[in-house]
Amino acid sequence: MTEREKKSKAGVKELSPIDVYKLLPKINCKECGEANCMAFATKIVNREVQIDQCPPLLKKEYEKAYNQLKEMLKPPVKEVIVGVGDKAVKLGGKLVMYRHEFTYFNPTAIAIDVTDQMSEEELLSRIKRTEQFSYEYIGYTLKLDMIAVRSTSGDPERFKAAVKKVSENTKLPLILCALNPNVAEAGLMAAPKARPLLYAATADNWRDMAELALMYNCPLAVSAPNDLDMLMSLTKTLLAYGVQDLVLDPGTFVNEGLADTLNNFTMLRRAACKAGEELAGFPLMGVPMVAWMNKGDLAEEIVKWREAYLAAMLIVRYADVLVLHSIDGWSLLPNAVLRQNIYTDPRKPVAVEPGLKVFGAPDENSPVLFTTNFALTYYTVASDIENSKLNAYLIVVDTEGSAVDSGVAGRKLTAEKVADAIKATGIEQKVKHRRLIIPGKASRISGEIEELTGWKVQVGPRDSSEIPKYLQEKWQP
Amino acid sequence: MADKKKKEDDSGLPFSPDLLELLAKFQEIELEDFELEAADLELWFGAGGMPAQLLPPPKVAPAVKGKPSELLKTRFVPPIETYPGRIVEVKLGATKGEGGTRGRSIIIGGETSPAFYTFERPVLHPPVVTVDVFDMEVPLSKAVKMHVKDVIGDPAAWAKLAVDKFGADMVTVHLISIDPLLKDAKPKDAVKTVEEVAQAVDVPLVIGGCGDPVKDADVFAEIAETFAGERFLISSITQDMDVERCAKFVKKNGHVALSFTPMDLNLARELNRRLYDFLGKEDIVMDLTTAALGYGLDYAFTNMERARLAGLMGDIELAHPMSSGTTNAWAAREAWLKMAPEWEPRELRGPLWEVTTALTLLLAGVDLFMMMHPAAVKTLKEIVNHLLSGKKADASKFADWVSMKL
Repeated sequence: MTEREKKSKAGVKELSPIDVYKLLPKINCKECGEANCMAFATKIVNREVQIDQCPPLLKKEYEKAYNQLKEMLKPPVKEVIVGVGDKAVKLGGKLVMYRHEFTYFNPTAIAIDVTDQMSEEELLSRIKRTEQFSYEYIGYTLKLDMIAVRSTSGDPERFKAAVKKVSENTKLPLILCALNPNVAEAGLMAAPKARPLLYAATADNWRDMAELALMYNCPLAVSAPNDLDMLMSLTKTLLAYGVQDLVLDPGTFVNEGLADTLNNFTMLRRAACKAGEELAGFPLMGVPMVAWMNKGDLAEEIVKWREAYLAAMLIVRYADVLVLHSIDGWSLLPNAVLRQNIYTDPRKPVAVEPGLKVFGAPDENSPVLFTTNFALTYYTVASDIENSKLNAYLIVVDTEGSAVDSGVAGRKLTAEKVADAIKATGIEQKVKHRRLIIPGKASRISGEIEELTGWKVQVGPRDSSEIPKYLQEKWQP
Repeated sequence: MADKKKKEDDSGLPFSPDLLELLAKFQEIELEDFELEAADLELWFGAGGMPAQLLPPPKVAPAVKGKPSELLKTRFVPPIETYPGRIVEVKLGATKGEGGTRGRSIIIGGETSPAFYTFERPVLHPPVVTVDVFDMEVPLSKAVKMHVKDVIGDPAAWAKLAVDKFGADMVTVHLISIDPLLKDAKPKDAVKTVEEVAQAVDVPLVIGGCGDPVKDADVFAEIAETFAGERFLISSITQDMDVERCAKFVKKNGHVALSFTPMDLNLARELNRRLYDFLGKEDIVMDLTTAALGYGLDYAFTNMERARLAGLMGDIELAHPMSSGTTNAWAAREAWLKMAPEWEPRELRGPLWEVTTALTLLLAGVDLFMMMHPAAVKTLKEIVNHLLSGKKADASKFADWVSMKL
């Protein structure tokens, strides 16, 4: 059993603040912004801060402790940085196999492809659409992350020109895709300091690709389609060659190949996280755009549909970076949201504090609405009311973190709870009227609420996006 | 999408002329938001070959001292584990020989590994899909409604459509009209509805209530007795129902209980323990609550993944097959709302929302999917078939995506 194995058996969760504290300077200098070294150690264990944020630890005298901490905190899946500057993406860096064991870091990066045979117009248009993809979702802005430039021509000069054109027009990190090292090198020459991900070292070209990765100081993808022995052999060889930042592509396959695809990703991640297999401890790359291969006369919507569901399965099953071709909003949005969901920290509470929330400057005639204290429900409703720029009171009813619909079904949202909330918030002293706007999805309990509270109930919209319109049309003080 | 004729994909398998139809129809309908005929109603259910690029061979870098000049061969050791626990097998539906009238019965559960770890152990029973059928008009998104508009209000016809055209393994009869706050239909009316559906299709049935703990129990009791021996899945038994009464009539009449709890594994254990006093473990399926993609799917996913791993690790109170009300995906506004043009058409976005929700939970271990949109149903079933085909990936066919011309 290697050291690494013992450590990973102990597991991330078992790492205690004390283990970290012992190696810190223990001088409570507060330079890190925490009250003392123990508080800092706790945040280190929770991965909320980095050890580099402790200035004294960076001094020569603590070098040994620093290195010990680095080793102790090393994730079983290495973090590999692609690109430079603000837009650089971190791939991998996973501490656990299952998100409930801790949390997942570094959401799956999504790359959109362009080729060296596209017209300039098409190339620039795809870059623009990739950069402009943006969706506001409960306080987050969902974006795409990378551009994959493929050489379909096999012509070094052409590839070089395409990479040049791309890097002149975007700061997004690049994946340079060319299996011929001459072509790959031409691409690297056009973006020598951009730290692109070079795709890919294979059984046939690994030595040349390794040289390129070292020469241009860029991370290197390793490709061995459906051959994990070869993938591990290449990884072992490249590490020995001195290439440290690797990304593993075990192959993505559609239809009957789905089982092998999922199995390979799952086995690699389990080997890294549970069996301490260092050769598997690198970010994984999925290529849902293989759905476009051999498509024959299949309708494009079917191919996009298939590409989208492949991406979804790989977001759930351990892909750290994905290359997609379809740039349609309908096919990308579910995956952008899924990625955000899967990478949400499960340690965060499901519920927000119940009570009265005030929007704008409401007075005694302002509308009173209620919602539940399920965090997602609350944030969605709150942002919709904020966007309306209207003055309103929002009562957050304690439904133990249930949404409106499940709360009504599971009796977590009842007329009694609404009545309690009306009393507890003191809203009856704040407004003159006695009219309560309830969520459309709680209409089943409207009668009971009227009986229990004596308030007149107005059934509001089923979806809070319609609250602004509703208030304008249906609320009269 | 001009060409709607039957097409085959590269696998040679007929890939869904239907799916194409199902997705294509969006062009034919007018755009309009939810129709809210029953607006006061809420639903909650419960490398092969490398590219032959004709270029001069690349210059081979000279072997540097210390750098390997040959491939350092090693092997990947598949990380196979064994688990002390096993998910119980539950039989749904009963044939004539088994005491019912169904054309076939379906077994779910029996897992001895996490979901689709087929490198470790084969999947014993494939996950199945039960399609939602409602006994009265309900709010449906346009994307769904356009496929069922001719059968709304006729649960028997709807069930037949679900089985014959959508490929449903089972049918869920949602007895919405029994809701005291809606039509307050009598138990005997509900029995009649179920009778019609049971006549129209011979697949195993799920009996869905309205969400009222008292009324549901009364109706379930009547149905359980009338259809004794059918092994219907009674959806659902919740903490605030008369659990003892419900469990007893489920047991006495040979049905199966769906134990429904609101996203809390301790509550799930507790309810299952209460049911064990009257029911065998093989008579219980659990529903841990499904939240839509974008609206809490992360909680649902992790809850189910944890439950399944716990069951495999020997927690018998969680070692039940799992059911998911995947239809809840349509609660997400992004599934049905008309959005800015860059996110359209919603007739594709909506069913993909349901598919994405389903696939996420498929990989968490769900055994029974309650679903709605025919394209979503079809896609999920195809994916399951692919995953269980036992075939190897044809790596050479997909190796050179880099130089693929589109």
